[in-house]
Amino acid sequence: MVPLSWYIVLSAVVFSIGVIGFLTRRNLIIAFISIELMLNSVNISLVAFSHYLQSIKGQIMVFLVIAVAAAEAVVGLAILIALFRNKPTVNVDEINLLKG
Amino acid sequence: MILSDFNLLSIRVLVPEIILICSALIILLLNLVVKRKETLAFTGLVGTLVSAYSSFKLYALSLSGSEFMGMFAFDGYSIFFKFIFYINIVLTIFISIRYISIEMASFGEYYALLLFATSGMMIMASATDLMVIYLGLELMALSTYILTGILRKQVRSGEAAIKYFLLGAFSSAFLLYGISLTYGLTGTTNLKEIAVAMETLNLLGSPVFLLGLIFFIVAFGFKIALVPFHMWAPDAYEGAPTSITAFMSVGPKAAGFAVLGRVFFEAFGSMHVQWSSILIPLSVLTMLVGSVTAIAQTNIKRMLAYSSIAHAGYALLGIITGTSEGLSSMMNYMLIYAFMNIGAFAVVIMLRSEGFMGEELSDYEGLAKTRPVASSLMLIFMFSLTGIPPTAGFIAKFYIFMSAINAGYTYLVIIAVIFSAVSAFFYLRVVMYMYMKEPKAEVVLSTSTAMNIALTVTVVSTLVIGVFPSALIELARMSLSGF
Repeated sequence: MVPLSWYIVLSAVVFSIGVIGFLTRRNLIIAFISIELMLNSVNISLVAFSHYLQSIKGQIMVFLVIAVAAAEAVVGLAILIALFRNKPTVNVDEINLLKG
Repeated sequence: MILSDFNLLSIRVLVPEIILICSALIILLLNLVVKRKETLAFTGLVGTLVSAYSSFKLYALSLSGSEFMGMFAFDGYSIFFKFIFYINIVLTIFISIRYISIEMASFGEYYALLLFATSGMMIMASATDLMVIYLGLELMALSTYILTGILRKQVRSGEAAIKYFLLGAFSSAFLLYGISLTYGLTGTTNLKEIAVAMETLNLLGSPVFLLGLIFFIVAFGFKIALVPFHMWAPDAYEGAPTSITAFMSVGPKAAGFAVLGRVFFEAFGSMHVQWSSILIPLSVLTMLVGSVTAIAQTNIKRMLAYSSIAHAGYALLGIITGTSEGLSSMMNYMLIYAFMNIGAFAVVIMLRSEGFMGEELSDYEGLAKTRPVASSLMLIFMFSLTGIPPTAGFIAKFYIFMSAINAGYTYLVIIAVIFSAVSAFFYLRVVMYMYMKEPKAEVVLSTSTAMNIALTVTVVSTLVIGVFPSALIELARMSLSGF
């Protein structure tokens, strides 16, 4: 059987890839995919914990996360398209009207 | 798991949220047939008032403990925050009716999303389980992302929305990772059971548990715009429609503080030393960056964005104390902040008319000569935000500082007072522009009855709370009993 720690390490690695991808890539779509990666790494660890603890709560949480991630994708892509219609670019550096 | 039996009667604690969501759905349907969008605003208002009435009735039943297997509480703490959210949404509806028709964004969805966002905040305030906190937070956040970008013909609105969305989603991933680590160590997501498991499993010094705690601070820090997680705030506040800026500078912030207070006091109460030592530098940084950067701003919405960051730093002192006195002064702070901040934004909105943005500080030059009433209102709100008596802002700061001194954080209060003095510079600069400069151009104010009501309510509350604070202080203290 695969021990728990392997899953946790996998989850941590995928999460870190997501964080690094979000912080370093300049493309909005890639940033978006990185966030999905982070959410799914959480799902891996939740399911692993849920199996290890023999408690159903973690798996319920995973379903909620998947549902919310879908809603998030809808909202995010809609905002992206609304922006793209006004300014045809997906590069973060060119979206610089506001100076933050 | 707490084995309180699941019965249909539990659902009564959810009635206020259900009413809000139903009225939002009704608005979405009415939107298809109704041509006059003011009707939808009125529907939203009625829904909110019915929901507030049902909250009040439920509170009279004096329910205690958590329903739905300990996931959803209806205690004084949550009801206090719920009333902040009701005040927030009612005032926002009043100030937006005329404004969004000027911005040509009279969509029915606007009011529906306001209601959805508010119900999300109410769920956050009541949640006593990490799962429910996450769901409430996402309901609130997703609605606010859309509201930020609702002026879809404007590039800056879309840009604000995408920045807010990306950083918000990034932070909620951190929240989830924190939840997952906490769940893995304690085997539960219930706040009370986490506190129990911490004792029995002796997790106090566990580095993984501490990591989970740090992830929580990151996630909630994004929501209440703590430095260094504040990068989205100025952009989102500037790009969003001004009425939404008013809405999200109060609502999501108060909801974030509600969750922060509940999670840290209820679940991580015994780790006060650890989390306060993380929050203290964050709060000092927040006050520093908020107050100092606001000085350099020329756009009043951006200035108020940095001011709201600085205010989050002050309110955080209430959490840092770790006492119920600090918590109740944080609750007061949020309520008072709602009145004075929405009032300030209402004046900003009045200056916006067809073909005139009215967002630059220079637009306020000589306003007192041409528009004496509007500028005297702005004067009161700016004094209140600075914290000058006899306005409510003074009471808010006074009680938060007093609770921090009583808890032994005198040096933090000294720092906070210094930054408070710094912040007087940029607040009073607006007053100086209005009263001591010559008017450049004629400013047309776009007033309406609804706007006048909102301004009257905010200014009267700001002054009355400033002169007679004891009722509010007592209310906040009372609502913490049994927390």
